[in-house]
Amino acid sequence: MGQTIAEKIFSQHVGKKVFAGEFIIAKLDLVMAHDTTCAWAIDPFYEIAKKVWDKKKIFIPFDHAFPAPNVQMAKLQAKIRKFANEQGIPITTDGVCHQIMSERFINPGNLILGADSHSPTGGGLGALTIGVGSTDATIAMATGTCWFRVPQTIRINVNGKLKKGVFSKDVILMIAKKFGPEGGNYRVLEYGGETVRNFSVPARLTLTNMSAEMGAKAAIIEPDVQTEKYLKENQRPYIFDKKLLWSDSDAVYEKVMNFDVSDLTPQIAEPPDIDRVKTVQEVEKKKIKVDQVFIGSCTNCRIEDLDVVYKMFQKNDLNPNVRTIITPASKLVFLQALAKGYIEFFTKKNAIILTPGCGPCLGRHGGVLYDNEVCVSTSNRNFTGRMGSPRALIYLASPATAAASAITGYITDPRKYL
Amino acid sequence: MNWIFGNNINTDLITPGRYNITTDAKELSKIAFIEHRPEFAKTVKKGDFIIAGNNFGCGSSRETAVTALKACGIKAVIAKSFARIFYRNCIDQGLLSILAPTDNINENDKLKIDIEKQLVLNITKKKEIKAVIPPLMIKLYESSGIIPYLKKNGLGSLKKLFEI
Repeated sequence: MGQTIAEKIFSQHVGKKVFAGEFIIAKLDLVMAHDTTCAWAIDPFYEIAKKVWDKKKIFIPFDHAFPAPNVQMAKLQAKIRKFANEQGIPITTDGVCHQIMSERFINPGNLILGADSHSPTGGGLGALTIGVGSTDATIAMATGTCWFRVPQTIRINVNGKLKKGVFSKDVILMIAKKFGPEGGNYRVLEYGGETVRNFSVPARLTLTNMSAEMGAKAAIIEPDVQTEKYLKENQRPYIFDKKLLWSDSDAVYEKVMNFDVSDLTPQIAEPPDIDRVKTVQEVEKKKIKVDQVFIGSCTNCRIEDLDVVYKMFQKNDLNPNVRTIITPASKLVFLQALAKGYIEFFTKKNAIILTPGCGPCLGRHGGVLYDNEVCVSTSNRNFTGRMGSPRALIYLASPATAAASAITGYITDPRKYL
Repeated sequence: MNWIFGNNINTDLITPGRYNITTDAKELSKIAFIEHRPEFAKTVKKGDFIIAGNNFGCGSSRETAVTALKACGIKAVIAKSFARIFYRNCIDQGLLSILAPTDNINENDKLKIDIEKQLVLNITKKKEIKAVIPPLMIKLYESSGIIPYLKKNGLGSLKKLFEI
């Protein structure tokens, strides 16, 4: 019987052929826990172990609130630093965990556990990267293994050529509207079709990242020439093998869904749920005044995103009533932006550049919202209270829509500002 | 008492990011639903139930959502469905998260859980509600969570959990 790519990766990490529905204990290639989830893993860790299973396979980034914005966060980070020192694990402070892992560690076919809900991001590289809580990360750090129920896969085919001003973020918002916050629960979402094949890895990471918002256990894109290109650029030469890491033609899917995006226009998710998606054109008519624009997060602040924003800001000034915050996803992205002159340019345009990391996405620092304020964000979550006051309103959109809104001061369709 | 919630209650509502910066369970119990339902943490009593609709615990992987509810003394979360990371975290911490139809459970209904028969008993309404409580969850509930289980039985005992 044929297997999906997810079943193949699980099989390779169990040592026998496994299929959806089976309970397994699988070996892991990497375990990630960050500056909050790692803190909760430490006391339980010492309850069950003294040393981590392999210090080279544990990744601890400080990204959620770094440098520490308050005493409580500083306390959590001090606790993690002590643990990391005891275990001989270096702490990375170079940006958002999922971005750093994509740039440096994730290879196609890997099975990776991340103590963060947006762990499916890494699936854009053809790996299974699964989000868990701190206790699962604890056990994984101690044993190098984790238990799983092999999930069913939903295949999502996306076809059609995107129009100018429409990006992978718009595609995934349109899909999220269809799925809702639970439509992918417990499943692997496997993306394919010509549109996805034409996406670069950074654009793919936006699809897999947002899959977490539909409840997915993992999201995955079979590796191809785009994956080869990305890995080569990031010093990890790779040649893809369809037999090894593509779903078989007779693999069993729970469901196959087809989307045509030829006529798709820019999309935006209204607060407070991921599936309240409308066209930007429609929302623009409401003349919604914007207080803050956030271009950042693991969803959308790679250099390709900043290229788009740069071009738009070249032709237009930023609205002085909007706080425009740009947070490069990683040190690498920051350096790329620096080399291209973007950092100086954005600064002179009065945008606020923050250190690479999660930034204001989770409301802990660097751009917290007050009552009734409106934010257009390129991140992935528009929950009530996510970015500060529970009375603030978060709209999710592409970097282009965010940039257009920063120019006009209202939620704005980006197509006339490209 | 039963605390009734709707669909898609996310972990940002249970333990909001701005308050979610402590490893202390008692401190976490004070911030449970601090903005979404401010009276919750002040008046919740040991043995209370949370009753919810679909996709309870969606969003962030923060395990503090489970730690906080457990520290508040919540006996079980009963919902029509759970988001996967929250559900795993409940299994790991030994907090009963029970799948059952919840539409006809009211705030003051007296509830009892029959784990063996996989039932939620609504004593007030004299109704038996069929529920799903998987064997792994029962085993870890009885062990007060996977960490105490592994501490007692050794790391090698992880495999045994799946031989139920």
